[in-house]
Amino acid sequence: MSQSYDRGLVEDFGRWTEFSAGMWAWIFHKFTGWVLVGYLFTHIAVLSTAMSGPEVYTSTLQGLESLLIVRFLEVGLLAVAVFHILNGVRLLLVDLGIGLESQDRSFYASLILTGAIVVASVPTFLAGAV
Amino acid sequence: MSQRYSSFEPKGTRWLLQRLTAAFLVVVLAFHFMLLHFVNHAADVTFAGTQMRMQTAGYFVTMVAFGLTATFHGVNGVYNALVNQGIDGTAKAVVKYGLVLAGLLLAVQIVRLSLVMAGISL
Ligand code: HEM
Repeated sequence: MSQSYDRGLVEDFGRWTEFSAGMWAWIFHKFTGWVLVGYLFTHIAVLSTAMSGPEVYTSTLQGLESLLIVRFLEVGLLAVAVFHILNGVRLLLVDLGIGLESQDRSFYASLILTGAIVVASVPTFLAGAV
Repeated sequence: MSQRYSSFEPKGTRWLLQRLTAAFLVVVLAFHFMLLHFVNHAADVTFAGTQMRMQTAGYFVTMVAFGLTATFHGVNGVYNALVNQGIDGTAKAVVKYGLVLAGLLLAVQIVRLSLVMAGISL
């Protein structure tokens, strides 16, 4: 028997100030999911320059990496991916019935851990471009 | 609350596959970031470097599996999100076949690309 309580519509975004942690987790997971699929298609398209020859692949990738904006976008991608991974693990655990009582705390932990990993990675991601 | 209301009961093949691919992707995606940003700098990637990695059987298989599971997980995720938003009827059918087509094209491209990267011509 599952219990539920009426939290109102998440889709009703105008109510964002009343959103609970779970609703934020839902929105962030969706947003980061969309970014990742979009990236996957783009990424394969860029890597496919390998089909035009080794030099095209190498110069395309190195050309992109030499742009500061690309480095920043990669940091953004890292943030999105790390959150999606950590929150995804949290969702898998919830599905298995683990940690049902501490869902809010595990969501905050995902956020904090994402922030820490991203900040710690900035130097590596920007190296050589600044 | 002593009652355990796990939702881990069969909810269909796509539901289960979405979770199984998730568990796999957690590991490979983290590995992919580590390898291409920390072990090798993204800015230093060259075709020769990619080819060297892709010519190792284990890496090749991992990357193809990564690509195919990511495609399923992403495309199925988009479909679920749209169904969740409440699309139905014709819109749902169009989205469904559109996504199946996009997913198949991406999957084929990933396999072709992996072969090119590994220097294998069929
Ligand atoms: C900014 C971070 C990333 C960088 C620098 C990067 C770079 C690369 C490179 C250079 C390759 C070619 C293989 C190799 O050289 O070993 C590759 C393959 C691949 N990447 Fe990424 N990647 C990144 C993030 C991602 C993300 C977030 C995803 C998933 C959404 C992804 C999915 C893939 C897949 C599926 C392949 C295999 C393609 C194939 O075998 O045909 N990558 N990546």
